[in-house]
This record gives sequence, C-alpha cells and structure tokens, in this order.
Amino acid sequence: MTTREPGQPRSDRSPWNWLLVLPIALPLMTFLFNADEPRLLGFPLFYWLQIAFIAVGVACTTIVYRMTR
Amino acid sequence: MNGHTTELVIFTLLFLVVSGMGFVAARWRRPKDIESLHEWGLGGRNFGSWITWFLVGGDLYTAYTFVAVPALVFGAGALGFYALPYTVVVYPLVFLVLARMWSVSHVHGFVTPADFVRARFGSPTLALVIALTGLVATMPYIALQLVGIEAVLKAMGITGHLPIIIAFAILAAYTYQSGLRAPALIAFVKDTLIYIVILAAVIYIPAKLGGWGSIFDAAKAKFDASPNPADGITLTAANQLQYITLAFGSALALFLYPHSLTGVLASKNRGVIKRNMAALPAYSFLLGLIALLGFMAIAAGTKPVIGATGKPDTNTIIPRLFDQMFPDWFTGIAYAAVGIGALVPAAIMSIAAANLFTRNIYREYLNKQATDAQEAKVSKLVSLVVKVGAVLCILLLDPQFSIDLQLIGGVIILQTLPAVALGLYTRWFHRGGLIAGWAAGLAAGMWMLYLIPNPANGKAHFGGSAFALKNLGLDTPMTIYAGFLALAVNLVVSVLATLAFRAAKVAEGEDATSRDDYFADEGDPRVKELDLSAAH
Repeated sequence: MTTREPGQPRSDRSPWNWLLVLPIALPLMTFLFNADEPRLLGFPLFYWLQIAFIAVGVACTTIVYRMTR
Repeated sequence: MNGHTTELVIFTLLFLVVSGMGFVAARWRRPKDIESLHEWGLGGRNFGSWITWFLVGGDLYTAYTFVAVPALVFGAGALGFYALPYTVVVYPLVFLVLARMWSVSHVHGFVTPADFVRARFGSPTLALVIALTGLVATMPYIALQLVGIEAVLKAMGITGHLPIIIAFAILAAYTYQSGLRAPALIAFVKDTLIYIVILAAVIYIPAKLGGWGSIFDAAKAKFDASPNPADGITLTAANQLQYITLAFGSALALFLYPHSLTGVLASKNRGVIKRNMAALPAYSFLLGLIALLGFMAIAAGTKPVIGATGKPDTNTIIPRLFDQMFPDWFTGIAYAAVGIGALVPAAIMSIAAANLFTRNIYREYLNKQATDAQEAKVSKLVSLVVKVGAVLCILLLDPQFSIDLQLIGGVIILQTLPAVALGLYTRWFHRGGLIAGWAAGLAAGMWMLYLIPNPANGKAHFGGSAFALKNLGLDTPMTIYAGFLALAVNLVVSVLATLAFRAAKVAEGEDATSRDDYFADEGDPRVKELDLSAAH
C-alpha cells in the first residue's frame, strides 16, 4: 500500500512515469538499428540492439515501480 | 512405426503427466467452493507474482507463436522479428493501464472487459459489442493452438485428426473441472520446458552450424538471391513503416484480448501486476531467440513437410529443425514443449470466451437473476462448446481459414481500444460515439484486409496485414499495418460522433464507477467487500 496523507485523493500520477516513454519509443525507431554492421558476436546490429532494448524496458519499468510504490 | 518412436514416447509421456496435473489442479490452493466465476474463471483472484508470471507468460506466448514467428523469419527475414519490439513495447505501455483495470474490476467484481464498459458507459449495447468482438477474436486463436500441435505431430509423421481430438477432449475435461487453476499449474511445466529447449537450441545449434555469424550470412545469401525485394536480414524502405506500426499496433491489441486480461485480473494486488510488467520481458528475450531459429533453419537447409495439398507447410520448419539437429530424446522434449505450450493458452482463452458469454450475454439477456453457481455452471459448459467449435474449425475448414481469422481478429480487437483502454482514463466519449467509431474502424479494417493479396500462396484477399499505401492514391511502395490505420479511423469517428451526439443531446449513460475506484488496492475496505461476497 502506498502511504498517503489522509484526505488526499489517491492517484497514479508521478513524474517518474515519463521514464516509461523511453522503452516504448526506442524499439520503434528503426533508423537506430536498421543495419547489418557493426556486428556483435556475429549478430547484425538489427538483432543485437533490439535484444538490448529488452534490458532498457526492464530497467525503466523496474525504476518506475520502485519509485512510485 | 517410423523413425520417430523415441520422440513419440517422450511426447506422450509428458503430455499425460501434464493432463494429470490439470485434473489435480482443482485441489490446488483449494477454495471453499469453486462454484463461482471468481473461483472457476479467475482462480480465486488471489495469484501472487510467481504464479502470475508463469500464467500470463504461458498465456501470451502461445504454441502458435513458437511455430509461426520463426516460420515468418524463415520466409521473410527481418520483418518477422517485429515480435521482439512488439513484446518490449507492450509492458511499459500497459504498466499503468492494467493497474487501473485491476482496481476498478476488483471494486466492482468485473470478470471481463465488457463488464467494465457496461458499468463505465451505462450501455449494455456497447458492452455486447465489446463482448462479441472479444469472442470473434478469441475463437480462431484457440483453433490456431491446434495448428501448433498439428505441426509437431506432422513432423513426427503422424497424420489424421484423431490425436488432436483426443488431446482437446482431455484439455476440455480438466478445464471444465479445475477452471483457471489448471492452466496456472500446467504453465509451470510448459514454461520450464520451453526455456530449457530454447536455451539448449541457441547454444547447441549455432555451434553445429559454425557460429552465429555464418548463420546470418547464410540467411543474407538466401534473401539476396530471392526475387522478393521485401525480404532480407534488415528492413527495406518499403516495409519499415509496416514493421513499426505492426509492432506498436500488436502491442496496443495484446491486452485488449479477453484472455490476456483474465490472467491480470486473477492476480492478488496492483504490485503483482507492476512487478510482472518488469519481469515478463524475460519471455520477450526467449521469443527473440525463437525467432532466430528461422535463420538457423535456413543455414541448416531445413525443408518443411509437404502438406496433404502438395504445398510445403512452413509451420513445420521449426519441428523439422529440431528433428534434424537434436538427438531423438531431446526432440521428444522439444515437441512436448510446443504441444503443452498449446494447452495453456487454449485453456485460458476458452475460459475467457466462456466468461464473456456468461457475463455479457447470458446474465445480461437470458437470466438477469443468475446466481454465482449458475454463472459458473454456464461458463463451464460454454468452455466445452468453445473447444468443440475450435476442433470443428480445424476438422471442417482449411487451417488457412483459422489463420486468416486470427489476422482479422487482431485488427478487430484493436477497435475496442477507445472504450476499454481510453475508458479507463476518460469518460469524455459518448457511448453512441464509441459504437459508431467501432463500426467505422471495423469496416475500414475489413476493407483494407480484403485488398491485401499474398503472392506467396496465390491468395487475392486477406493475404496478410501489410496494407499498401498506394491503395489510398499515395505514390509510394510503403506498406502499413491495416489494424493501425483502422484504429485511427475509429478514433476520429468516435470523437466526431461524440460531439454530434452531445450536440443532439442524446442521453449519456450513467457511470457506475467513481474516481477513487481506479486506484483501490488489496486491503482497501471496498476491495475486501468483494472477496467476502465472492466466497459465499
């Protein structure tokens, strides 16, 4: 349960929520990763960078959860 | 028999173990009385973080996904990888939305998205529209799970429909008895098997094929040689917009499916949902690796099984790759993982469809005074009917028809977004405006899908979801996801029609929810009230 002042209406608003925009926007910007080079462990950029965005998503949602609970 | 005996024995054994678990699940976390939808249909609404993670993961990442996504990558390359950004984008996107849905549903005892819409907009008609859309979108999805099992059976050289009928009869029996507890328990086995198989596959197979670099090079060579300009290991100018809108549109649609919401509403508090939004991307990582199996199949020179019609069945690509690469006993485990992977979502989807029928058609129109026990009874029976329907779809119709319907399903479920998702944030829309927008979005979506051909299999209509912008008179080779464009039409019409209805002073429905309902959590007196009423 969130701690809140009595009488103050409950809300899910928080400046931290803006952090959620990052993992939504990044994977949709194809110009960032639509290329073969540079490769990482044999993976073309297109694949390894998009897989790396998973970590960005996990980090952002975790931070928002911890900072707003 | 053929050379697949070991695989078949292991497959059958694991299948039987899981079926046994399905029946025992009725006694797991035993309720005082399973005869209410909160118990049968939502597992007591009391699942913690771990169970929810397995359940929702098992539900969203279906057997069909495991078979179809790598098949798409095998055929088209980079475009098929849209499944990865789709499942990265979806969790931050719904992080706040689902918490609101959980709260308002627990305060008011909602079981389906249509329940919420009915209370929010005071419109049984709008709720019926949402419920029917959900039913139509979910049914072919259940049928597709059978396609997943069939792909595995075909790869083991088993043809004919009897094994599928037996598998679904067992599934129907334990879902009837145990409700949502059955897939929740089986999901542990399903997901564990899938993780083992895929992690083994991405370590073992590249080692045999000369490393990841040569796998991607082999794929590149294949696509460079093919006459199709849209394929390749990166996107082309023509399909970038399709990639973006397909990933984003699919992310918007995912939690509008009634079965996705079922897993969310079964969790015990808002924290469970939010923690899961951070933990579920583990499955996205898995899905990304699974997609790359398509490239491994190219490098390994895997050939799909030739179907009864004489055409190659690309859905058998991954089962064939496993057969080619793994020792027999491990192939058996891999096949079992896909087969069991079909059972979990099929069970949850049939429960969600049954709940929609019971709450928004049976209780609304057929028996307004239905008791909890009557609701549970009807839902259990409908879950059987739904599964018989899915089996009949596969037996009587071309499986291609289910695939087409599922494609359409994704486009039409998106049309419930303004009422269900935006409805959680604003009551600005008029109920009539939402119905008008839904109808317009549906019509636009169907028209676009009708215009899309598929040169690969010679279909003139409903050949995919990539709508060519030149159909709108634009001079460009670009394509866009039809569902995305249909949603835009829906939103514009919803806004305009809302203004028109309001100007004409057509009565607004009554809003049964209040602002505080959207933030209530476990321990809140209003949420507790529901638990007491559900336990009688």
